[in-house]
Amino acid sequence: MSAPAGDDVLVRVEKLVKHFPVRSGGLVRRTVGQVHAVDDVSLSVPRGKTLGLVGETGSGKSTLARCLAGLIPVTSGRVTFDGRDITNLPRRAMQPLRREIQMIFQDPYSSLNPRRRVGAIIGDPFAIHKTAAGAKRKRAVQELMERVGLNPEHYNRFPAEFSGGQRQRIGVARALALRPKLIICDEPVSALDVSIQAQVLNLLADLQRDYGLTYLFIAHDLEVVRHVSDSVAVMYLGRIGELGPRDPVYGSPRHPYTTALLSAAPAADPDTAAIRKRIILAGDVPSPIDPPSGCRFHPRCPKAQPLCSQDEPQLEIKAGDAATHVTACHFPVMAGENLAAVGRSGSS
Amino acid sequence: MSVGGIEVEGREAVAAEAQLDTANVEGRTQWQLTWRRLRQDKVAMASLVVILIIVALALAAPLFVSITHHPPNVAYPNTGEDVAGNPVGPGTNGFWLGTDGTGRDLFIRILYGARVSLFVGFVTTAIGAVTGVSVGLIAGYFGGVVDTVLARFTDAVLAFPYVVLALALAVVLGPSLSVIIAVIAFFSWAAIARIVRGQTLSIKEKEYIEAARSLGAGPFRIIFLDILPNLLAPVLVIATLYVPIAVVFEATLSYLGLGIQPPTASWGNILADAQNFYQTSWWYVVFPAAALLITTLAFNLLGDGIRDAMDPRTERVFAAGRARRRRRRGKRQALADGGSDVSHVVPSVPPAGGS
Repeated sequence: MSAPAGDDVLVRVEKLVKHFPVRSGGLVRRTVGQVHAVDDVSLSVPRGKTLGLVGETGSGKSTLARCLAGLIPVTSGRVTFDGRDITNLPRRAMQPLRREIQMIFQDPYSSLNPRRRVGAIIGDPFAIHKTAAGAKRKRAVQELMERVGLNPEHYNRFPAEFSGGQRQRIGVARALALRPKLIICDEPVSALDVSIQAQVLNLLADLQRDYGLTYLFIAHDLEVVRHVSDSVAVMYLGRIGELGPRDPVYGSPRHPYTTALLSAAPAADPDTAAIRKRIILAGDVPSPIDPPSGCRFHPRCPKAQPLCSQDEPQLEIKAGDAATHVTACHFPVMAGENLAAVGRSGSS
Repeated sequence: MSVGGIEVEGREAVAAEAQLDTANVEGRTQWQLTWRRLRQDKVAMASLVVILIIVALALAAPLFVSITHHPPNVAYPNTGEDVAGNPVGPGTNGFWLGTDGTGRDLFIRILYGARVSLFVGFVTTAIGAVTGVSVGLIAGYFGGVVDTVLARFTDAVLAFPYVVLALALAVVLGPSLSVIIAVIAFFSWAAIARIVRGQTLSIKEKEYIEAARSLGAGPFRIIFLDILPNLLAPVLVIATLYVPIAVVFEATLSYLGLGIQPPTASWGNILADAQNFYQTSWWYVVFPAAALLITTLAFNLLGDGIRDAMDPRTERVFAAGRARRRRRRGKRQALADGGSDVSHVVPSVPPAGGS
């Protein structure tokens, strides 16, 4: 249950649940089901550190991010920021916290209003929170533009006049404007070219060092997460499967899903690639409207046993792991175990 | 009516200024691109010129009165009617387009009719656009119960047999300019509201709306700064296409005697009177009908032109026709030259290629 218990925790999420109702069409819209987007997730992010959140599309990463940012109400559970309970705060009460929690979005094309000039977009935080106006705001915006590597002379340009990487820098500048404590990065580099990804990641790292920022970094690219994170949480179908410091999670993953994900990432070194066995998972991700019983990964897990479909595993410290490394699995992967040779999905 | 005319001018000027202002701050490049494309569209530019001429003529109506010395509501039994009491033809006794059934100057009355028609057209479209945009934005942005109520009400208004209802309202409330404007405006906002609602629903899902919310922007800031500027283009197109509808609707009501009441001139009531004289006095029918036709045609063609200029992907009827003709001509030419069908060789002209 416990997340890496740093002494100075900035954000703590406890038993967070977010279900979206599925309604029938028609005049009287009955609720016919629930999408279990996030189910009983607990984690925490230490101040000044980066927590990487990985998982496939539909695993609930972005929903979790939006719950944290107060953009959507949570179904149950608790979000604590800097010691304050911020769960489902009304808009007005949330307003001062907006200055401390900011977001960077995935799509640099749709996250900037095409009809507004860059100066107006980056100046928005100042205008909304009435912290600077007129020439002062313009100066602040131009300083921000310079800080994120944009030409301040381009103040009057439209988003369409910038490249994808530059647009994402605009998004970073907007998030940085109010000097937040936490920045939630929702797949900030997924839409960018690989060469540009590195530039934006380095910018984020510089900003973290200079301003002591805390990041919740969401991505589906394992290498990107490894590069930026201090600790890593792996999500599958709305639940956390494995959570721990970066090196043990990448070096000796205990959850079969983490192992499978890592085996799917292409290796840069051809020698490593030749040795490594890829684990092919059978089937698709099940529907989050009707998630599998017991362990949600059991229908696709090469190590699944009858117990897995009956009893839901909890996040626990497995034998031989550090106190900060927890895994939700009845049959955790042992060091040196070759999953590719086990079970029906072994053949590749 | 002169008050009405000035008011039209005033509203127009304010609207134009607002447009210019938004353009400077929000999206000059978009509007510039649109304008550049529109300028290459000969049909749309001709329509724009025609509309400007009609507006200028309507505004200058008192000037023509001072030239012809024929006020719109004064009958001239001696010079304006022949011995049998019928209207006199164009050019007779200083009546440029002839006279009407009671010996009044037809040209002057058509000009004053234009003031009524354009005033009704612009004012009802303005009211309809403002109402429609407000309802559509509120329904689309807030959703839930608000949306259900507003969207169903909009559907109900659209489902009314509006001509019948307009006639009934005009009868019950008594015909007058304000009743006409109220009735036409009531039926013009609903279609705009529905389109705006749909657009709002799609824009609401964009990440920049979520970004604004995460910055702490309130609903009205988001609606005015992030959604409305993205809606101006479609609303401008619909508004241009709604002006002629309102003009025709006004003429219809006046023609049926439920709109502008004589002696005030309106294209509709001029045409209603003219039907008693169509066998003897062709000009009495042709000129007011032509005025109505040219005005509605010009607005429709301009609206089409603006729509094409804003979205170059939509196929233009005229351009497509031209392309077809060009292909056919090419085929004929090829047949004449080589004798065999080489239509597959003739490059097809992309429909959006324009002029």
